[in-house]
Amino acid sequence: MISQSLFWTVTILLGIGTFLIRFSFLGLLGDRELPEWVSAHLRYTAVAIFPALVTPLVLWPDVTGGEFDPKRLVAALAVFLVGLKFNTVFAIIAGMGTLYFLRYFWG
Amino acid sequence: MQHSNRRVFWHGFLDCAPFTIIVVPYAMLFGVVARDAGLAVYEVMAMSVIVIAGASQFTAVALMQEQAPVIVILLAALAVNLRMAMYSAALAPHLGHLRLWARAVLAYMMVDQSFALSVRKYAQVPDMTPAAKAAYYFGALTAVAPLWYICTFVGAVIGQAIPPIFALEFAVPVCFIAMTAPMLHSLPHVVAAFVSVLAAMLFQWMPYNLWLIAAGLLAMMAGAQAEFHLKRKAAA
Repeated sequence: MISQSLFWTVTILLGIGTFLIRFSFLGLLGDRELPEWVSAHLRYTAVAIFPALVTPLVLWPDVTGGEFDPKRLVAALAVFLVGLKFNTVFAIIAGMGTLYFLRYFWG
Repeated sequence: MQHSNRRVFWHGFLDCAPFTIIVVPYAMLFGVVARDAGLAVYEVMAMSVIVIAGASQFTAVALMQEQAPVIVILLAALAVNLRMAMYSAALAPHLGHLRLWARAVLAYMMVDQSFALSVRKYAQVPDMTPAAKAAYYFGALTAVAPLWYICTFVGAVIGQAIPPIFALEFAVPVCFIAMTAPMLHSLPHVVAAFVSVLAAMLFQWMPYNLWLIAAGLLAMMAGAQAEFHLKRKAAA
């Protein structure tokens, strides 16, 4: 369960922080170049966080009590491959579809 | 708005319209997943209106469910949005002339798709007037940003009707992987993603979900270093 105080603290601070990131150069810093080494790091923030976040959710999910479930790993690989080749929406459909398919036949 | 700029506004709107195919199901999925995590409909909506950034909303909900400390949740969810500082820097020379309130509005609604389209348009049409640039950007935003609210609401309302057999909790990792895979268009991106997974497995012993921050930092540096390395090799 997510408590009210945790939810509102996170939501409000996240809202302010996200706005400040978006507003940074447009509103506060104006028209100036980011140093190359800064943009080189910023470019990889999303690909640096998402895979780490996903790893435990795929390998030892809470709903199975932390047990490894090969069906979930196969479904995750399906999302990845379809996402590499096509787009996000097809990848999501492929991933959930694979999980349902495997569960239907192997329980 | 002048007549010609109204046309440019609709140009931006129509150019961005195909992205609704991605935004609609993605927003609905957020509504569904957030309800599944135990949030009330008004909380889901509050989050979509206050934060209006899908990736960090998914990150925050997943980590709140894990009962991670506030600082870890904020660092991870904000890190995901840091790329938008780059967008802001890239847009400033084109839209910096607008009034402060207008810049605040377009900063609030900044999304990947409208940014990518606008910057491409400004490069293609170098003689665009500043007013036309602004009209185009606002048009592109209008095509997708309001849909984010509407479709999270729809998702939040129908979410409760989906039974547990559909393993909706698995939609969260599925969504993250589906967002990440298309981003892996260069070797440094692949390196960063690989280091990220490896570090996540090795750092699980860390308390307070700090493994996520450590893995993120390490992977980000790995990506940047790989990029520098490739550049040096190309120059040599």
